Amino acid sequence: MRFAVLQFPGSNCDQDCVHVLRSVLGQDAGFLWHKEESIGNVDAVVVPGGFSYGDYLRTGSIAQFSPVMNAVKAFANNDGLVIGICNGFQILCETGLLPGALVRNRSLQFRCEHVHLKVPTTDSPFTREVPEGKVLRVPIAHGEGCYFADEKILAKLQANHQILFQYTTEAGELTDDANPNGSLLNIAGICNEGRNICGMMPHPERASEDILGEDDGRLVFEGMLRHLEARAGLGQAAVSEV
Amino acid sequence: MKAKIVITPKKAVLDPQGKTVQAALEQMGYEGVKDVHVGKYLEIELEGDAEVWRPRIDEACHKLLSNPVIEDYRFTIE
Repeated sequence: MRFAVLQFPGSNCDQDCVHVLRSVLGQDAGFLWHKEESIGNVDAVVVPGGFSYGDYLRTGSIAQFSPVMNAVKAFANNDGLVIGICNGFQILCETGLLPGALVRNRSLQFRCEHVHLKVPTTDSPFTREVPEGKVLRVPIAHGEGCYFADEKILAKLQANHQILFQYTTEAGELTDDANPNGSLLNIAGICNEGRNICGMMPHPERASEDILGEDDGRLVFEGMLRHLEARAGLGQAAVSEV
Repeated sequence: MKAKIVITPKKAVLDPQGKTVQAALEQMGYEGVKDVHVGKYLEIELEGDAEVWRPRIDEACHKLLSNPVIEDYRFTIE
C-alpha cells in the first residue's frame, strides 16, 4: 500500500512515520511537501507530529490553509484513510475534519512520558488489530493535548463510538491521575463519524519496534493496512505475508 | 487604520493560564480578584474603507484568527 506522510515547516515526526511504514511494515511510503496541491495516487495519508509553523497563533491553525490540505480534505471526504498524530491531530481538528479542539494541558506543562491507553472500540481501521481489552503503552510528547468539545459533541462521540483511545492506568481504569493533560473523558484519540479519519495525541510511530522497548503502536498502522487490504480485496494471502 | 482584535477563551473552556495568574495575583496580596482570562490581542494595519473591512475581518477571525470551538473574539476598526 502507498502512504503519503505530509511535511509542514516544523514537522518533526515525519521521518519516524516513514521509517515505520517502510522498514517495519514494508510499505511504500513517501514524503509530501505542504505546498503540493495534489496528494497523488495514495491509499492513506499520515499527518505527522511536530510544531507546524512554529505553533504560531494556535497549534495547527496555519497548517490547515496549506495547499496540500485541500487535497487531504477532498481525499478524507471521499472515504480516504487519514491519521493525524499529535500536531497532526491538532491540524485535523483545526481543519474541521475532526470535531473538537486541543488546548493547553491543564498542568501547563509539556508532558513527555509513556501513557496507557484503553481502546473502547475495535470497530475502526485504526483499532481493529488491537486485541479486545488490551491496554496499549505508547509515549506522548505535547503541551497542547487537552481535548475539548462541547457537551453536544461529546455525547455524539460517545453515542457513535468515535472515542478510539482513552488515557487509563496500566490496568485500564479511567482515572484523573492517568490523564496527563486534562482531556475531557480522558480522550487521547477519536475518529470521525465515517470512521476513516483518526486523530490521536500519543505517538504510535515511536512504539512500533521491539528494539525500542515496545511495539503496541504498530497495531494502529497494521489496522490501517489490514483495512486497506480488505478494501482492495487482496484477502488473506497478502495479509499473512506481512 | 487598524483592526484591534481581542480573542479570549470561551467560558466553558478550562483556562489554566488564567487560573495560574489569578493564584499569583492572590499570592501577591491583591484581594478581590474574581477571575482571570488570558487571551490574545492582535493589531492588523489596514488600507481602505473600514466598512468594507468589517465583514472581512469578521470572516478572518472566524476562519483563522480564532477557533470558534474554544474561543470568542471581538474587534474594533479605527
